[in-house]
Amino acid sequence: MTTAGRIEESPRATFLAYAARGQLGYQVAKGSGRPVFFPRVTEPVTGDTDLEWRVSMGIGTVYATTTVRPRGDEPHNVSMVDLDEGFRMMSTVTGTAPDDVRVGQRVRLVMLPLGPDGAELPAFELLEEKS
Amino acid sequence: MTESLRGRTAIVGVAESDLGEVAPGTTPADLMGQAAVRALDDAGIELSEVDGLFAAGTQMMMGSLSLGEYLGINARYSDGSNTGGSSFEAHLHHAEAAIAAGLCDVALIAYGSTQRSLLKSGGVIPQEAPNPYEEPYSPMMPISAYALAASRHMHQYGTTREHLARVAVAAREWAVMNPVAWSRKPMSLEEALAAPMISDPLSVKDCCLLTDGGGAVVVTSAERAKDTKKSPVFVLGSGEAQSHLHISSMPDFTTTPAVQSGERAFEAAGLGIADIDVVELYDAFTINTLLFLEDLGFCGKGEAGAFVTDVGIGPGGGLPVNTNGGGLSYAHPGMYGLLLLVEAVRQIRGESGDRQVADCDVALVNGNGGFLSSQCTTILGSEATL
Repeated sequence: MTTAGRIEESPRATFLAYAARGQLGYQVAKGSGRPVFFPRVTEPVTGDTDLEWRVSMGIGTVYATTTVRPRGDEPHNVSMVDLDEGFRMMSTVTGTAPDDVRVGQRVRLVMLPLGPDGAELPAFELLEEKS
Repeated sequence: MTESLRGRTAIVGVAESDLGEVAPGTTPADLMGQAAVRALDDAGIELSEVDGLFAAGTQMMMGSLSLGEYLGINARYSDGSNTGGSSFEAHLHHAEAAIAAGLCDVALIAYGSTQRSLLKSGGVIPQEAPNPYEEPYSPMMPISAYALAASRHMHQYGTTREHLARVAVAAREWAVMNPVAWSRKPMSLEEALAAPMISDPLSVKDCCLLTDGGGAVVVTSAERAKDTKKSPVFVLGSGEAQSHLHISSMPDFTTTPAVQSGERAFEAAGLGIADIDVVELYDAFTINTLLFLEDLGFCGKGEAGAFVTDVGIGPGGGLPVNTNGGGLSYAHPGMYGLLLLVEAVRQIRGESGDRQVADCDVALVNGNGGFLSSQCTTILGSEATL
């Protein structure tokens, strides 16, 4: 376990800086080689702080999916996506009917203005689509 | 080797507070106070004897202080651990240790919620701060978290919406026999399946009720329990486990930490699945019941859909599960875990009326907290099990 120094830029700020450039940033612990997501200061389990940032290729597989049906509003998709680099994140699969999304489908990264003040954040669309 | 806590403590009093929709202006502390006095009366123990306070809630930050203030108790031991809905099984575990160590003699665990009334009057139930890696995608929490888990279970094991609906129907069948259950109108499988979807694959009938309510449990040493009003119900084993807080960090959406909490509780109790007479599982959503039946070992992983269909968990089924009607049909006041203990104790005492399970000596309770995040398992038994 390495000692954590002062946090000069928060993991969240780094993640958002990647997103602002249209990229999905994630961390890898150099010692173990394991990907880490959500971004943080130490690697879970080991406590190592040798985390380096990488940019995901943005290709993944739907791990779990739900169509959320808010009363009086249009339904929308919420999915868990397993990125090919080995980490999982919550996101949404767009560009298709929300209840057409299936577990196991391949997806690719698109950026959508979902953040506060319209900040771009990672979302996904079906890989098979628009081909 | 740790010292065995098996049978060292007993639950000697249980009570519900008012349930359903409470009188206007009632506070969560009113319900804790009401339930506490009822539970102490059930035990035949004076309020002045209480020296350990355990509480958690969604409408109070400092539950044990609120409880002590309301009842005028200067506790020498207090615990406000909050693991979500499983908090009260955790409190019971902690009370076992505290009583065995002599840190308190009579522990009062209490809960109260007025969430239904609060929402009706335009109020908002305080939540955990939004997770910036989930909130932008607008999941409807907590329902969507459980819906995601259900979607994965269906994909991986062929579980169907009908399997989920069978859980809801079984809960309703029990609730029909519980005079204080909120939903007592019989419900067919077809009705359950036709209910409107909220967060696919979960419909409104796959989701727990939203009621007011609360309860209290009085715990003391096996020694002190000899001189109480009713037969003590002994704490045979407890187990806690946790694997995440937010659903997006759950390692495997089809397997909960009930695997570990169950193993720990069974080991502490020196018992196995075959010894369990009645099962009380935290059914905030129908998928919970399936996951916990598997994770606790009542059936294999992926087999709970077939289990609820072929063995059955309703009245007359092979395994009595959620005999009060559960969070799905009896009551779900924000955090339901304390009411699981109340029903388990009543079943072992033989006080459950029309829904009483025959020859009930051992009950398993599994509390769930967060988003399948915390699991706390408790095994309770009659004097015959010591």
